[in-house]
Amino acid sequence: MALTGDQVRWVAHLARLELTEEEFQLFTGQLTRIVDFIDQLQQLNTEGVEPLAHALPIHNVFRPDEPAPSLSVDEALANAPARKGDFYSVPAVLD
Amino acid sequence: MSRPTPYTIVIGLEVHVQLLTRTKLFCGCSTQFGLPPNSATCPVCIGMPGVLPVMNRAAFELALKAALALQCNIAPFTKWDRKNYYYPDLPKNYQISQYDLPFSTGGGLEIMTPQGPKWIGLIRVHLEEDAGKLLHDETGRGGDSLVDLNRAGTPLLEIVSKPDMNSPEEAKAYLEELRLLLREIGVSDCEMQEGSLRVDANVNIRIPPEHAGGRKPLPGRQYVATPIVEIKNLNSFRAVERAIAYETQRQFEEFQESGKQLGEVSKATAGWDDVQGVTVVQRRKEEASDYRYFPEPDLVPVEVDQAWLDRIRATLPELPAARRKRFESQLGLSAYDARVLVGQGLAFADYFEKVARECGDAKAASNWCSNQVLAVLNERKISIQDFPLAPEALADLIIRVKKHNINAQRAREVFGIMLQTGETADGIIKRLGLDVSFDAEELRELVKKSIAANAKAVADVKAGKQKAMDALVGFVMRETKGKAPTDEVRRLMNEELAKV
Repeated sequence: MALTGDQVRWVAHLARLELTEEEFQLFTGQLTRIVDFIDQLQQLNTEGVEPLAHALPIHNVFRPDEPAPSLSVDEALANAPARKGDFYSVPAVLD
Repeated sequence: MSRPTPYTIVIGLEVHVQLLTRTKLFCGCSTQFGLPPNSATCPVCIGMPGVLPVMNRAAFELALKAALALQCNIAPFTKWDRKNYYYPDLPKNYQISQYDLPFSTGGGLEIMTPQGPKWIGLIRVHLEEDAGKLLHDETGRGGDSLVDLNRAGTPLLEIVSKPDMNSPEEAKAYLEELRLLLREIGVSDCEMQEGSLRVDANVNIRIPPEHAGGRKPLPGRQYVATPIVEIKNLNSFRAVERAIAYETQRQFEEFQESGKQLGEVSKATAGWDDVQGVTVVQRRKEEASDYRYFPEPDLVPVEVDQAWLDRIRATLPELPAARRKRFESQLGLSAYDARVLVGQGLAFADYFEKVARECGDAKAASNWCSNQVLAVLNERKISIQDFPLAPEALADLIIRVKKHNINAQRAREVFGIMLQTGETADGIIKRLGLDVSFDAEELRELVKKSIAANAKAVADVKAGKQKAMDALVGFVMRETKGKAPTDEVRRLMNEELAKV
């Protein structure tokens, strides 16, 4: 199933990616091949098979509500693309 | 009441409340409000690769508690999903939320409206994590935004109502009842100022065809429905009321121009500008499929059995609705009085109940608590826990006021002195010489005596000069050195005069 240009542009928009025309062509082809690959699953007959909500057969794993040490501010901000005081600094978001 | 409109307002509310846990939903970082920026984060809540979230048991149990109190159906099996979107306050680029299998559905709560009680249904309640906090440059020069991730990962309950509210007042009543309930059961402190309760309102209107300017309802509808707008940035219950009132009228006016109906354009979000008092439509909202939900592979599902639910249910205190009913049926209070008392919160209602039990007169206890006591709390800006009079002391005052027939004004005087000096009601009443008891017969004799001694005043009253009553009552007051209960004297005087 070939993906439409609009679908690829929309997914790029959702991922906040700006694509050049070249990239757009490249990824449209690649994404189509990925979706086709996954689509093979549709050939399986799942008649009478209960939908699976989770792959692991275990449940109810909890931790107690007890504080654990946090990172220092400097450690937390070590990978920040930009820092202002003790904050991450990001380009203004209007939306 | 809002003014009548040519349309019906339809409101559904989405409420987020932070749960009162010590730590975050998936890690041990503190949830305390007001910590220095970015001082309560760890690799789990800032989305470092390779970390594993583990669910906080206390958070899940608080969520269960809230859902039980809201009469929801608890799912025996529930799981979490990733809601994918890109925003600087969301370090993982997805929020761990619940999509198709929330831990609870249905339920609701009852609110009071001018037309009587009304049930507001819920669609679902689910448990998710909060995002961080963004601080925007307020200078308008487009400077960078600052991100504080302390809040990221805080447990959040999302409570989605059905579109069952039909006026701004009903929306406010729902929020007040919800806040009261969640506070009483200790699930959330619901402080809008601190962001532990946040509200989004989904609003549209239904216009009957005769007001729709010739436009016909879409097939299958009896009315014209406008597209739904989700209002955000509502920072107080008052803002919710004002925003809904403004937005619905705006939709009515927009419809007159555009003629666009629900289903013809997609849902929009709008921001509420509290200073200008307007909603600003921002954008067409992303559809659910745009969030590309999929099961969170790092968390395992949760199964809830009856025994667990029973254990949680056993921790619930008497809920506000049940308590109001009991105040009415067991203590004989009016629905209004019960609402005022319970509406002040658990501790206040407890205080009232102790006073009522001690003095044996629930109505009098209710009057004292919801008038005098509440006035003092408001004036001093304190809560009932800091109120200086023990319930026994107030009950004692009520008993003595009744016994000595002390009138309302003098009784308030005694109350004021008790508050100031901490003296007992008994001591003050004795000191002021109010400790006289008149039995009804004694008073009646004095009333008769006054009538016999004041023929002119009696004739004047009979001739319609109510002012002459003062002379008759004044006679009794002089005879008793001012200690007789005036109200009672007046009542007896009327009775006796009727016989003359």
